[in-house]
Amino acid sequence: MKNMKVFANWKKLDKNFREKTVNYGIVLVAFLVIQILSATGSLKNSISGQLVPICTYVVMAISLNLVVGFLGELSLGHAGFMSLGAFSGTLFWVLNCETLPRPVALIAAFLIGGVVAGIFGFIIGIPVLRLRGDYLAIVTLAFGEIIKTVLNALYLGLDSNGFHLSMKDTMSLGMEADGKVLINGAIGITGISKASSFVIGIVLVLITLFVVMNLVDSRAGRAIKSIRDNRIAAESIGIPITKYKMMAFITSAVLAGMAGVLYALNYSTLVAKKFDYNTSILVLVFVVLGGMGNIRGSIIAATVLTILPELLRSVADYRMLVYAILLIAMMIFTQSPKAIAWRAVMVEKIKARRPGKGKMKQGEEG
Amino acid sequence: MQFLGFLVNGISLGSVYAIIALGYTMVYGIAKMLNFAHGDVIMVGGYVISTCMTSMGMNPLLSVLVGMVACTILGITVERVAYKPLREAPSLAVLITAIGVSYLLQNAALLIFGSATKSFNSVVGVKPITLFDGALTITGEALVTIVVGVVVMIGLTLFVNRTKMGHAMLAVSEDKGAAQLMGIDVNATISLTFAIGSGLAAVAGALLCSSYPSLSPTTGAMPGIKAFVAAVFGGIGSIPGAMLGGILLGIIENLSKAYISTQLSDAIVFGVLIVVLLVKPTGLLGKKISEKV
Repeated sequence: MKNMKVFANWKKLDKNFREKTVNYGIVLVAFLVIQILSATGSLKNSISGQLVPICTYVVMAISLNLVVGFLGELSLGHAGFMSLGAFSGTLFWVLNCETLPRPVALIAAFLIGGVVAGIFGFIIGIPVLRLRGDYLAIVTLAFGEIIKTVLNALYLGLDSNGFHLSMKDTMSLGMEADGKVLINGAIGITGISKASSFVIGIVLVLITLFVVMNLVDSRAGRAIKSIRDNRIAAESIGIPITKYKMMAFITSAVLAGMAGVLYALNYSTLVAKKFDYNTSILVLVFVVLGGMGNIRGSIIAATVLTILPELLRSVADYRMLVYAILLIAMMIFTQSPKAIAWRAVMVEKIKARRPGKGKMKQGEEG
Repeated sequence: MQFLGFLVNGISLGSVYAIIALGYTMVYGIAKMLNFAHGDVIMVGGYVISTCMTSMGMNPLLSVLVGMVACTILGITVERVAYKPLREAPSLAVLITAIGVSYLLQNAALLIFGSATKSFNSVVGVKPITLFDGALTITGEALVTIVVGVVVMIGLTLFVNRTKMGHAMLAVSEDKGAAQLMGIDVNATISLTFAIGSGLAAVAGALLCSSYPSLSPTTGAMPGIKAFVAAVFGGIGSIPGAMLGGILLGIIENLSKAYISTQLSDAIVFGVLIVVLLVKPTGLLGKKISEKV
């Protein structure tokens, strides 16, 4: 009886509030289950090694969903922001993790990663957001490749005279004997003292959820969605398109940068090659399969699609092939006019079999 | 003299980009979609040609012909199965589908041919020529690539402007509905466009793999993206534009490799795309289309 009452009140609550609570709830329950499992020692090694990457991909998927699902523009350079955040945050961490208290250095590393990615998001956004559709997609791809290529050829060293920068090799840094190479071109940053943990990952996921869900549900969020639904109509009622596009783009970049820091601090080495076009596509697959504009879908898709290949090692070779087929099938099924019409017919047929319920539903719609 | 050598190689690479860019530009002009999988058709063409030559011992020219037929069939199939149902769908959906097709081709090749890089025997039998008393050597591959590029461009321009089917393609790219009312078979025309584009991709694959003799499942991805940059550079939808953009991009890439940095040449090529889109979004030879509400 009491349960029924709670349920009835729950139904009365604001729909957005319910959505948000369920999303937070899913993350917290997942966190508790994992903690209990690892405390009792029944968690497989292959899974516990994937916990931080899962959190990273969840944050990446939610942040990309802001651009693809809510703003309606396809960004193919999301891994570039992740890379920028990873390199700047990790650089700070490597320099300061021994001098500053660890929690302070860690928080600062995350903030720096986010801010650097955000600044680049702004710089890149200025030319990119003037474009639309296919052009925007290809230019974000181009920026992602530029970031990867430059970071792959970047050498940075530190000695008593300060920082040295080169695009050639370690010799041309011209350092003193006491110099230390921080970024070593294609070898990247090495000797990182690992700091990421599942708890930090979950905190970052919760922060991301908080930021994105509140943004989407705000006045700005409604403006962003109106740009997706009809750009010309939005512009004609006086919504500053560029401002809101920039807002979504930068928020997404900052979150991706922080995800990059989380990912980088989980390993002892960091190379630019990891954050290539394929990573951007992988995150896009999570967003599309989870449902564009659906945050819960992104969380579930990123988690399931990161764990599955680990569990099904024997068929791991076919993973990307299956993803590709799923991507095509999903698009045809959800977006083709014929498939939509076919679905409507099927729904009618099912309704016709259950006359009572079907009629009520129809009445509501009418 | 060294500069001249880099220039010739640049024009040769540019001709390959131009042939690929022609496929992009024609499909974009007619279907109004960015065919992301176009680069991977090049890779499929390369594998088919390589298999014909090494495993079946076929004549190089015959192998290229088989490759062209295979790619044409592949192009038409992809269009029918993946793109046709989405013709009226939002462009985001079509773009994601095209990315899916690109991934499908890459991973299918990975499973069939393995991830190891294969060596590719050149299909060109022309001897290198030496000019200025040995100061400048032009490889047979570079020479043939440039010649093929010029032939393809002239042939395609004649086809589009002089034949009935070419006129149908122009009409469909202008206005699909009106073209249909005039009795043009729109579906057949779109299929024809994909067929020509994919056939040319096989030629590009043969030339690319002959000049840079290696083949892997991701061989087509980078040249594909760069060819799209070339198509945008020259003005998307314009056939001479694709040719000009391709050759200029090839020259820029080779010269920056030679004089600036090998590692950063890709970044420079993509930098060109961004500058072009900022300064002249319609490209060098593109027409400005005003947006109708």
